[in-house]
Amino acid sequence: MALGLSAIFGVIRLVNFAHGELMTLAMYAAVVAFQGLALDPFVTMVVAAALFAGVGYLIQRAFINRFVHRPEHAQMLLMIALSIIIANLLLLGFGPDARNVQTSYQLDSFELGPILLDKARVYAACAALAATAALAAFFRFTLTGKAIRACADNPLGARVAGLPVAHLYAVTFGLGAACVAVAGCAMVSLIDVTPTLGPSYTLLAFVIVIVGGLGSMVGALLGGLLIGVSEALAGVLIAPSAKSMVSFGLLILVLLVRPQGLMGGGRR
Amino acid sequence: MGSMTRRTFGAAVGTLALSAATRAKADAGKGKLKIGVLLPRSGLQALIGQSCQKGADIAPDLIRQRLGVEIEIMNADTESNVDTARSRAERLIAGGAHVLVGAFDSGHTAAVAQVAEQHGVPHIVNIAGAPQITEQGYKFVFRNFPPAPEIGKNGLVLLKDIFAEAKVAPKSAVFMHVNDTFGKSMAEGVAALLPTVPMPFRLVDTIAYDPAAKDLTVEVSKAKATGAELLLLVCRLNDAVVLRREMVKQRWNPMGVVSPGSPGLYEEQFAKALGKHAQFCITNTVWFNPKNAITQAFAAAFKKQFAKDDLSYHGINATYTFDAILIAADAFKRARTTDPKALAEAIRQTNIAATERVSFGGPIKFNAKGQVEGNRSVVLQNLGGKPTVVLPKEYAEAKLVFPAPKLG
Repeated sequence: MALGLSAIFGVIRLVNFAHGELMTLAMYAAVVAFQGLALDPFVTMVVAAALFAGVGYLIQRAFINRFVHRPEHAQMLLMIALSIIIANLLLLGFGPDARNVQTSYQLDSFELGPILLDKARVYAACAALAATAALAAFFRFTLTGKAIRACADNPLGARVAGLPVAHLYAVTFGLGAACVAVAGCAMVSLIDVTPTLGPSYTLLAFVIVIVGGLGSMVGALLGGLLIGVSEALAGVLIAPSAKSMVSFGLLILVLLVRPQGLMGGGRR
Repeated sequence: MGSMTRRTFGAAVGTLALSAATRAKADAGKGKLKIGVLLPRSGLQALIGQSCQKGADIAPDLIRQRLGVEIEIMNADTESNVDTARSRAERLIAGGAHVLVGAFDSGHTAAVAQVAEQHGVPHIVNIAGAPQITEQGYKFVFRNFPPAPEIGKNGLVLLKDIFAEAKVAPKSAVFMHVNDTFGKSMAEGVAALLPTVPMPFRLVDTIAYDPAAKDLTVEVSKAKATGAELLLLVCRLNDAVVLRREMVKQRWNPMGVVSPGSPGLYEEQFAKALGKHAQFCITNTVWFNPKNAITQAFAAAFKKQFAKDDLSYHGINATYTFDAILIAADAFKRARTTDPKALAEAIRQTNIAATERVSFGGPIKFNAKGQVEGNRSVVLQNLGGKPTVVLPKEYAEAKLVFPAPKLG
């Protein structure tokens, strides 16, 4: 999820406040596919990623591209409006009840000696790694990926060189949305979904990408790992209810000592 | 016309005013009592709020049949948020509510109580356990629900009954609780009561956690690492589901999961989300009295109005919300006015017999603090897919299963 947020910011320079709601939408898609077609969320993930890439592309072309050169507060309001619309549509469609999927492996664990590894989390971690590798390969080895990187480095230069910047931005937003779809389908086997779930995850993704470095894919992974481990350690060593305190403390520390994040460049 | 003197005019006006006042009072007696019902019908506690709402939905017809008074329910959603609860209470009063009922969550209820007291409008708490709600010296706040220490005490006493009935007791226990207003009140209550209600087990750790937590891996690992034979749990609904799932994943099988009196384990969503893993969880909690005629009428009305629902899943939420409305209607019947001060006085004088209430307990009488004493608890165990009374024996629907079979 943080990867998508980081990719979108890194290229379009847009802070996606609707990121959590897009993930919630993907979670509902996985629930509907599971209940209606008995599709495992990790199978739905592939279809959802393709679908969300398309939807993301259209959102960027139809709305966000018109706001790219507007002040940041206008972009922020657009994304907040989008998040409110998604949350309320979900509320209208599904009601406030929590929904979930009940897969055969959901409550199982892998046993490694005395260590128990939650199967659903292991699968989710594998999916996250695969998505990261696929995205990195796309940016590194494909012409479109290279063009997007050129846009991220120098939008004006890319425009002068004749690159279709608006299209590339839309592809990037589509890729970000696909990442969110992967995250949503993986998350649904870990937690129940409600229409109001989004904001807490948007906030968490922000913390992760700010700690890791906005725009850095490796930073997003590192930030996620760091926040997760520090929260777990805080839970064990201090008190479980101090987990969030530690992750936000870490955020403040990074902002003070290295404002660009652990893996971020110095560029604004 | 020239014969009208000042004295005659004054007498005529006086007579008119008196007759208007008498008519207004009589009209009020015949008229409707507007009851503003505040519940968390969306947000984190939506399912419980909607469960409470069922009791409010049944109330107008059933109360008309039993008391012969008309009530109008004005619904307000607190959205599981303290600030929204406060503003909705203001709006209900501005909209003409004569009495407020609600608001399930202790934090929300405390905010509503403050608003009610400021406006001098009676507030009857349906469900909320934080003791401070009736400890502030409020004159317009009343509660027919046991405060957390009383729930905790009843829960601990019943815990001993469980061990006696099962003829086996754990040697150690870990106490996990949500860190919201209710959870903290319960934790303080249990900590204060444990030395006074000696238990066969030693409390090895107390772990507080966020009720909005999406992941309780660390908390459950920590609890499991204590090696405790019993989990004492004060939870809400969503966290109860997350916690129980985590217990299954970590293969932690204590002798039992027992709540000394919190929501969560007996809710329909808990059973739906966890299936067989919801089985055998125990809650020592307030409940309804199935032997009362009014309860049977309530159950029939519930079945008629909510054919797809099972009252067992709404046993506390719906019945305590109904009883709060019943108290308001009963006071209105006696006061024959919607004047808030007269209504508050009538509520203070309430004396509803133990057999005339739906919830389980003694007569509904408010003490000087506006608190009803003597609400009783039962031992409720999830058996056969739904919460079932297993103790006290005279109300038991099934036999207690303790220790719980191991999770598969």
